[in-house]
Amino acid sequence: MTGAASWSFSENDFKQIQTHLQAFLRDSNARCALLVDRTGQLVATVGETPQFDPTAFASLTAADFSANDQLAKMIGEPEFASLVHQGEKESMYLADIAKRVILVVLFDQRATLGLVKLKARSVVESLNKVFEEMFNRVGTGGAQQKGLLEGAEDEIDKLFG
Amino acid sequence: MSMINYASREINCKLVYYGPGLGGKTTNLEHVYAKVSPQTRGKMISLATETERTLFFDFLPVDLGTIRGFKTRFHLYTVPGQVYYNASRKLILKGVDGIVFVADSQLERMEANVESMQNLYDNMAEYGYDLTKIPFIVQYNKRDLPNAAPIKDLQAALNPGWPIEDAAQQKVTPDPNHPGENLVASEGGQWVGRAPYLEAVAVRGDGVFDTLKVVSKLVLKTLS
Repeated sequence: MTGAASWSFSENDFKQIQTHLQAFLRDSNARCALLVDRTGQLVATVGETPQFDPTAFASLTAADFSANDQLAKMIGEPEFASLVHQGEKESMYLADIAKRVILVVLFDQRATLGLVKLKARSVVESLNKVFEEMFNRVGTGGAQQKGLLEGAEDEIDKLFG
Repeated sequence: MSMINYASREINCKLVYYGPGLGGKTTNLEHVYAKVSPQTRGKMISLATETERTLFFDFLPVDLGTIRGFKTRFHLYTVPGQVYYNASRKLILKGVDGIVFVADSQLERMEANVESMQNLYDNMAEYGYDLTKIPFIVQYNKRDLPNAAPIKDLQAALNPGWPIEDAAQQKVTPDPNHPGENLVASEGGQWVGRAPYLEAVAVRGDGVFDTLKVVSKLVLKTLS
């Protein structure tokens, strides 16, 4: 590999992701679920609209997960597949999806950690399948992207005057 | 790893500002943050120590406008420059689409520059990324200081070039930023390629947007 590979996802992928996450939120009583890729880009948000800056949140999530990944290796674990950050009122549960994406669940006192963990197990499994299929398509995705950005240079020139 | 989201019609790319400690990486981002309109940028996040040294990273998302109906969003990151933060520095490189190496032009920082450049090559290689094949530019910062080394010496030490083996790429490519200079040229019978370079005084904002523009263009070109 000469550089990092691109990936893309369609509206259909997005609908599938939404359906899985909506069912999960309903079953677990969690407030909101976000999907963030490992480079810190926000992929999807389902449930209550977060009151914070989601872009900043996504970059910190990826950094948090990556740092914990390294800590896992240092203590002899291949990875921490999930993380929990528990607060007094608000808590977060993070889980790995297909080694490329992180599921972040935000929940409050209306949900319990046990229930969130339990219900997350099946949604993680379903999302793993969705994303693995998506990544397997990367070869064909390239053709879709080709030419997408022709004329981009002019646009950048305009932006910077 | 650029991400194209057809559902929300967004293209997200990751740029990393790399280089030795106190070279001006954070200053580059601060200048972009200060000058870009609040509608086109997000919140700037700095994970720094109490003395404002970058501990993990600085982060700034900037929208570069809409192209072909897609919003192009660049995520700008800096890494901690100090040698002993290598573990966190390496994490930030994950999925990078373009790199700006911010070199400190001061003569006495030459060794730190070389060490950081070597560290960048090593960390990239560990991810399997080839620095000669992804968008990569060098910014020589602090050009206003009296002890700034000549560009010729900095280029020789930090951007000496790499051999171009692919015959299709063996053609003279002028450097658009420096008339009379080439990015690809035949030198003593060997084809050599170099990263584009720019001069800057980041603390005054000189060269900051030029740098961002050059690297963003290179990244978007890889998608076209």
